Amino acid sequence: MLGIRAFRNIFRGPHYPDDIFIQMDVIGVGSLFIVSLIGLFSGIVMALQMARALTQYGAQGQVGQIVSITLVRELGPVLTAVLVAGRNASGIASELGSMKVTEQIDAMRALGTDPIQKLVTPRLIALATVLPLLTIISDFIGLTGGYFIASTMLGLTFSEYWTSAWQILEYNDLAQGLLKPLVFAIIIALVGCFYGMRTTGGTQGVGRSTTRAVVTSSVWIFVLTAFITYVWNRIFVT
Amino acid sequence: MTPGDSTILRFEDVSLHFDGTAALDHVSFQVSPGQTYVVLGAAGSGKTMLLKVAVGLVRPDSGRVWLFDQEITRLREQDLFDMRARVGILFQEGGLFDSLTVAENVAYPLTNQRVLQHAAAANSNGNGAARTVEERVRESLRFVELEQTLDKFPNELSGGMRRRVGIARAVVAEPALLLYDSPTAGLDPITANTIVALILKERDLRNTATIMVTHRYQDGHLMANFRYNPNSGQIERAGGGRDLSQVSTKFLVMNEGRLVFEGTEPELQGSQDSYVRKFLRAGGA
Ligand SMILES: Nc1ncnc2c1ncn2[C@@H]1O[C@H](COP(=O)(O)OP(=O)(O)OP(=O)(O)O)[C@@H](O)[C@H]1O
Ligand SMILES: [Mg+2]
Repeated sequence: MLGIRAFRNIFRGPHYPDDIFIQMDVIGVGSLFIVSLIGLFSGIVMALQMARALTQYGAQGQVGQIVSITLVRELGPVLTAVLVAGRNASGIASELGSMKVTEQIDAMRALGTDPIQKLVTPRLIALATVLPLLTIISDFIGLTGGYFIASTMLGLTFSEYWTSAWQILEYNDLAQGLLKPLVFAIIIALVGCFYGMRTTGGTQGVGRSTTRAVVTSSVWIFVLTAFITYVWNRIFVT
Repeated sequence: MTPGDSTILRFEDVSLHFDGTAALDHVSFQVSPGQTYVVLGAAGSGKTMLLKVAVGLVRPDSGRVWLFDQEITRLREQDLFDMRARVGILFQEGGLFDSLTVAENVAYPLTNQRVLQHAAAANSNGNGAARTVEERVRESLRFVELEQTLDKFPNELSGGMRRRVGIARAVVAEPALLLYDSPTAGLDPITANTIVALILKERDLRNTATIMVTHRYQDGHLMANFRYNPNSGQIERAGGGRDLSQVSTKFLVMNEGRLVFEGTEPELQGSQDSYVRKFLRAGGA
């Protein structure tokens, strides 16, 4: 319901571009550092794990491929989304929640502003733009972390690593790797706004909504990534 | 009570439930132009819900509501926006936008309402319109004696000042109906009386229909017996045969969603209803 109205509002006025940019800044720039850091370490950890296993079979040349596929298809989107859910689903829920309990949302409606248009739609648009970008950045930094391990521990050259990492990727991997963050962005924005807007019970209620928003959006991210991967494999990999 | 009469607000058998408990229980009353209603009731008796239903912020489960002679119970939110543009509301929890300055908050009803946007679009002289908004914001803040706070943010103000900014925002668009939700709650007696004085001033300067929700009987007593004298600029005791504020102020007492009393102050004083008596005694009347 909230989703339908938020989407419908994307295509009709009035628009609040300022709010969209502020949200992009809060969500995108604000999350950039932590997303990069986690991306880097997930690449490193994966390369370390794979290095041992692959060396047993003398296949250490393939470390780039494995890191690349796992990151782009799965780990990059999911880790980035879970981090952003932790930072921003909670942020959105608590911000809208305090607006709800101080009757700012009622005041908005009383003064002729649709709160979905003013609050939900900008957050939805901002997240849907920013989360795929953050995911791409995270994937790339993760691959760089993997390269660091591959070159220092396995002695792979720059082009050995990056060529194999790049060539293994097919269009449908990239598409999957971008569809997921888009879906997760919608989940984070709508879940955060939903719990925020139906907050009741004063400041305690704001705390409750915040927790619920993070838990619910994180669970949905994992459920949906499993679902999308399953459906994707049925369609493209039969 | 024929529907043809001009009324500001009319409730007909309105009920609203939350998880089985009634917040409003078969409530009927009507407010005519220039009338003042004082709604008394304990915490949780449904006073806030009464106001929210009156402007369609909350939809009742049953019954019908007319605002300015138009039934709003089934109106779409978009159409309600136009109706609400003629109502000023002071919210119990303030409802001031944290992210906007005092001046922007007070200007919001003027710059945002679609009615006015249409008017501004029709009026090609955009520059002149913008200046008027600023003037009106200043005027409204001067009215509540807070002109110096224009560029502050609401959370930099005291509770009483925030309440006054809320009043400035409620009255800035010169609404035909003003709703005040517990305007004196949580304030010291002196500040509380200043707030009531502002409400009186707005009512008597523009003869606005006013509904004031309060848990202080004292506030209602002031509303019923005092008036603003524009000549002296003072609040004074209403008196003399010409003065109608006594009869045009009515009291509603709510208990668990039901209206248990409706009438003038003398009638309230003489009421035999046990809840009303208990409420008045506790209020020191
Ligand atoms: N969002 C909500 N969810 C569930 N119950 C609610 C909600 N809002 C109000 N209620 C219930 O409706 C009833 C009336 O509430 P209302 O806010 O109108 O009381 P009130 O008279 O304004 O009280 P107060 O003087 O404390 O402001 C209460 O029993 C309250 O618990
Ligand atoms: Mg209330």
